[in-house]
Amino acid sequence: MSHNIWLYILVMAAVTYLVRVAPLVLIRKEISNKTIRSFLYYVPYVTLAVMTFPAITEATQTPLSGLLALAAGIILAWVGVSLFGVAVVSCLVVLIAEFFLV
Amino acid sequence: MNDNRTCFRRGMKDGIPIATGYFAVAFTLGIAARNAGFSAIQAMVASLTNNASAGEYAAFALIAAGAGYLEVAVMTLVANARYLLMSCALSQKLHPSTPLRHRLLIGYDVTDEIFGISMARPGYLNPWYTYGAIAVAIPGWSLGTLMGVIMGNILPLRAVSALSVGLYGMFLAIIIPPARKSRIIAGLVAVSFAASYAANRLSLLSGISSGMKTILLTVVLSLAAAILFPVKEEPHES
Repeated sequence: MSHNIWLYILVMAAVTYLVRVAPLVLIRKEISNKTIRSFLYYVPYVTLAVMTFPAITEATQTPLSGLLALAAGIILAWVGVSLFGVAVVSCLVVLIAEFFLV
Repeated sequence: MNDNRTCFRRGMKDGIPIATGYFAVAFTLGIAARNAGFSAIQAMVASLTNNASAGEYAAFALIAAGAGYLEVAVMTLVANARYLLMSCALSQKLHPSTPLRHRLLIGYDVTDEIFGISMARPGYLNPWYTYGAIAVAIPGWSLGTLMGVIMGNILPLRAVSALSVGLYGMFLAIIIPPARKSRIIAGLVAVSFAASYAANRLSLLSGISSGMKTILLTVVLSLAAAILFPVKEEPHES
């Protein structure tokens, strides 16, 4: 039996949207529980950190160029370079590093 | 009104690195979509309505293997479950009086990146900031998918490799400055890096998707931090 691609897209879109919108619509008030508040406060840092490493070393052609971009990104962000600046320099570091490495 | 406009512009500016990163990632996604039998337009619509890298990859792979609608639904749910956590956190970033239409609109595009920069805003989130970022990022994502289907492997590997790091650079720009101010967050980021690395190495967790790994580690580490270092009071000025 052949499936309809448009129906697949509809299924994917519906599931994805519900996952994203449900908490935003259902949790309308400020949560007063201190532990839950603290938990949600820490969530972005942990999620983004977990997704960054070691994935950054696997996204590039060689792990070393990803590692160099990670180091550069941490240093630049630490000294207060903007979001855009950190992102651009990370890309440039990989481009230059792989010019020598690959 | 003027404030909303400023926020929208600021969001657009912060959305630029997201868009370029998205373009590169979506380009490879387009190749996966083509393998699953999607036309360029279908792939673009899929990205326009989903905007979820891992979720779309997983679904395309299943569709390519001839899976049914229910299987695709379950896989999409699992691969995107981390957005449930992010939306929970984001719900606390919105002013309690934020009207439903804004909640419904923001829910359209809670991605790792849009979530990250939205949470990094001081005080309550002005939805227009997020809309600005979405307005720039979504075209990058959907056009990247479209081009991926059409052009296949034309973009040199070197360029894809460099562009794909932009997203991580952005993540660092979000988590490192607060880590500089707070030792707790700095420690938490370091522990998260280490735990993520260990989880990738552990054969025990090898069968788990990266989305699932992200969820498990986020829940365990954030909960541990919340119990050990409860936050006193979040600054919610505006």
